[in-house]
Amino acid sequence: MDKESKFPSPSSQPCKPEVPGARMSGSTDIDSAVSGDYKYGFSSDIDTEIIPKGLNEDVIRFISARKGEPDWLLEFRLKAYRYWLTLIPPHWAHLDIPEIDFQAISYYAAPVKKEGPKSLDEVDPELLDTFNKLGIPLEEQKLQVGMAVDAVMDSVSVKTTHREKLADMGIIFCSISEAVKDYPDLVRKYLGKVVSYRDNFYAALNSAVFSDGSFVYIPKGVRCPMELSTYFRINASGTGQFERTLIVADDDSYVSYLEGCTAPQRDENQLHAAIVEIIVEDRAEVKYSTVQNWYAGDAEGRGGVYNFVTKRGLCRGDFSKLSWTQVETGSAITWKYPGCILSGEGSVGEFYSVAVTRNRQQADTGTKMIHLGRNTRSTIVSKGISAGYSQNSYRGLVKVVPGATGCRNYTQCDSLLLSSTCGAHTFPYIDVMDDTAIVEHEATTSKISEDQLFYCNQRGIPTEEAVGLIVNGYAKEVMNKLPMEFAVEAQKLLAITLEGSVG
Amino acid sequence: MNQLLKVENLHAGIEGKEILKGINLTVNRGEVHAIMGPNGSGKSTLSEVLAGNPAFTVTEGTVDFHGTDLLALSPEDRSHEGLFLSFQYPVEIPGVSMVNFMRAALNAKRKYFNEPPMSATDFLKLMRQKRAIVELDNKLASRSVNEGFSGGEKKRNEIFQMAVLEPQLSILDETDSGLDIDALRIVAGGVNKLRTDRNATIVITHYQRLLDYIKPDFVHVLYKGRIVRTGGPELALELEERGYDWIKEQVDTSH
Repeated sequence: MDKESKFPSPSSQPCKPEVPGARMSGSTDIDSAVSGDYKYGFSSDIDTEIIPKGLNEDVIRFISARKGEPDWLLEFRLKAYRYWLTLIPPHWAHLDIPEIDFQAISYYAAPVKKEGPKSLDEVDPELLDTFNKLGIPLEEQKLQVGMAVDAVMDSVSVKTTHREKLADMGIIFCSISEAVKDYPDLVRKYLGKVVSYRDNFYAALNSAVFSDGSFVYIPKGVRCPMELSTYFRINASGTGQFERTLIVADDDSYVSYLEGCTAPQRDENQLHAAIVEIIVEDRAEVKYSTVQNWYAGDAEGRGGVYNFVTKRGLCRGDFSKLSWTQVETGSAITWKYPGCILSGEGSVGEFYSVAVTRNRQQADTGTKMIHLGRNTRSTIVSKGISAGYSQNSYRGLVKVVPGATGCRNYTQCDSLLLSSTCGAHTFPYIDVMDDTAIVEHEATTSKISEDQLFYCNQRGIPTEEAVGLIVNGYAKEVMNKLPMEFAVEAQKLLAITLEGSVG
Repeated sequence: MNQLLKVENLHAGIEGKEILKGINLTVNRGEVHAIMGPNGSGKSTLSEVLAGNPAFTVTEGTVDFHGTDLLALSPEDRSHEGLFLSFQYPVEIPGVSMVNFMRAALNAKRKYFNEPPMSATDFLKLMRQKRAIVELDNKLASRSVNEGFSGGEKKRNEIFQMAVLEPQLSILDETDSGLDIDALRIVAGGVNKLRTDRNATIVITHYQRLLDYIKPDFVHVLYKGRIVRTGGPELALELEERGYDWIKEQVDTSH
C-alpha cells in the first residue's frame, strides 16, 4: 500500500478470540507464564536530600541554586514553568491516566554527598551496592569492555566512568549538570533546540524542573570507541524523576548510546518525565538504544511509574542518520514517541520498538518521522506484545512536507496477543504533502496459538520457556538492532518479564 | 520386558464429544505398527491424546509407557520419557531458528535427567550428524522453525527432530501426506535408519504407499473410535484394493 489516500483510518483492534476452533491463547498456562516478578523492585537505604513536595517558582530557584546554575538557565526554567502553568495534561492518547496531583510530588531528591565525589571511595557504599545489584558496577575495571556509564540516582548523576579516556579523543560524556558548568556555551547552544519547552505539557514541566541526565558531544570525524550508557534509577519515594539528555554528534562522527532504567517496587505511582534531544550533523550517525524497565505496578495495577517522555532527534546534517531502538517492558503507563526530524538532505531516521505490556499496564508509544529534506528515508518497525488486561497502542506519524521530493518511508507494525483480555491498537497517521513520496505501511496481528505451545511441549520445552522463545522470535528483528552486549540482557529481560510459575 | 506401550480401554474426546471409544493397543520394542482408517475415525486424536494435547480430555482407560502412567505426565515429560509425535501439520514459529529450538528441546530433556546443558560445539556436531539422516541442508536448519518450509521440508524436519531426540516410541501422524515420491523415500529412509530393537514406531496413514517403505509388523484399522481389525502387512494391501467400505459394513451391521 502506498500513498496517503489508501491508508486505513486509525484503527482499533480489541482482542477477542475470533475463530471458534482456532484454539487461542487465553489459557491459564500463558496467563501464568506472563506474570513473572519484577526483580529490580528493591529500594536502597541511602541518605537522601529531598525537598518538600510541591511546585512553585521558589522550588525552581532552589533546584537551580542547588546546582549552581547560571542565570540564563534559571530564566529558561522559569519561562518553561510559567508556560507550563497555562497547559493541561494531554488526554488524546489511548490511555486511562488517573489525575496526577503535581503538588504532591517532590521535585528534587539527591543522595547526600560531600562536594561531588571525585573518586569512588567517596561514594556512599550503599549506592555502589545498589548499582552492583542492578548489574552496573561503577568501578571502571569491572565494567564490560567497551562501555562507559553515567549512573543517575533520583535527581543527580552519581558517577560517570571512563571520562578521561574519552576526553583524550575530544569526546565529552558527563552529567548535564556538569556540562552546564564546564561547557556552558555548548549546552546553551543546543538545549531546548530540538524539543522546545513549548512542545508539550511534560516537556514544559521537564524544562522547568529537570534535574540530571547525560550530555554527550562527539567532535568532528570521531567514532566513539565505546558504547556510552546512562543508567537511570529512581530510589526515593514520593519523588519524580525529570532527567534531560542532550547528544550532539558533529560532522562525520558516530556514537552508540544506551539507556537503562529501573525503580523500586512501591504502592504509589511515580512520575518520570524526561526529555532527550539529539542533534546529528553532516554524515554523522547516532544509535540510541533504550531498555526501559521501570517498575510496572502489581498485578492489580497498584503502583508503578508513569513514564511520559519526549524524545526527538534532529538530523540536521546532510546524509546524517539517527536510529532509535527501544525495548519497553516496564512502567504502569508509557507515553513516548521518539522521533526524527529529517531536515538534512538524504538523512535517515529509524525506529525499532518492542513494547511489552502485561497485567494492567498501558502503553501508547510509537514514533514521528518528519521528512523536511529531499530524499530523506525512514523505517519504522514496531512490535507490540500484550498480555493480561493490558492495553498496548502503536501511534505513529509519518509526515512529508511540500517540496521534500523523493522521500521514502516503510512502516511495519505488528501486534502479538497473549491473552483474550488485552487490547492492541494501531493509530498510524500519514501526512504526505509531496506526491513523489513513497510511503508503505504493513500491519499484522497474531497470537501465540495453543498449537505452537503444544508443539514446543511435545519436543520437551515447558510452556514458560516456550513463551519466552516464541516472543523473542517475534521480536528478533528489533532485538538484532541492539548492541550485542545489550541484546543478550534484553532477551533475558523479555523472557523474565513474561515468566511466572506455570501450573 | 519387551512391552513399550499398552493402551487399555482408552476413551477420549474434545469439547464433550467422544472420539476414542475404547482403544486397546500393545506395542513392543522393535515393532512397527500401522494404524489405518477412514477420515474421522480418530487416528489423529489417538496420536494427540498419547502426546498429551490439553485440548483433548481422557474420560476412561489407562496407558502404560515402559512402566510409567503416561496419562499422569505433562506433554513435556512424555517427550522426555521418550515419546515423539511427528505432526501432520507442523506449526511455524517465526523468528525462532531451528538451532535454538532444538537446543532448547535437547537441553530441557537433559535437565529432566539431571544432565548439564550440551556444549555449543557438541550440539552443532550432533545437528550436523542428524541432519544427514534426512538430507536436510544446513540452510534449513538455520531458518525459523517450519517457516516457509515446503510440505516435504516440514516432514523431513520432523524426522530430523526425531533423530535428535532419539525417542523410544515415535508416532508418525500422516507423515506421507503432501509428500512427492522422492520426499517420501527420504522421509521413510530416515525413519528406517532410526529403527532399532529398542524403539518402536506407530505409523498413522491413509495409504498403503508409505508401508511399502516402512514395513509394518501389524496393521490396525481404526473406525468410529475403535480398533476394529488387526492383521499383518497383507491387511494394508487388502485395504488398498478394496477400500474401507467392506469393513465399515461389517462393523455397522454387527451393531
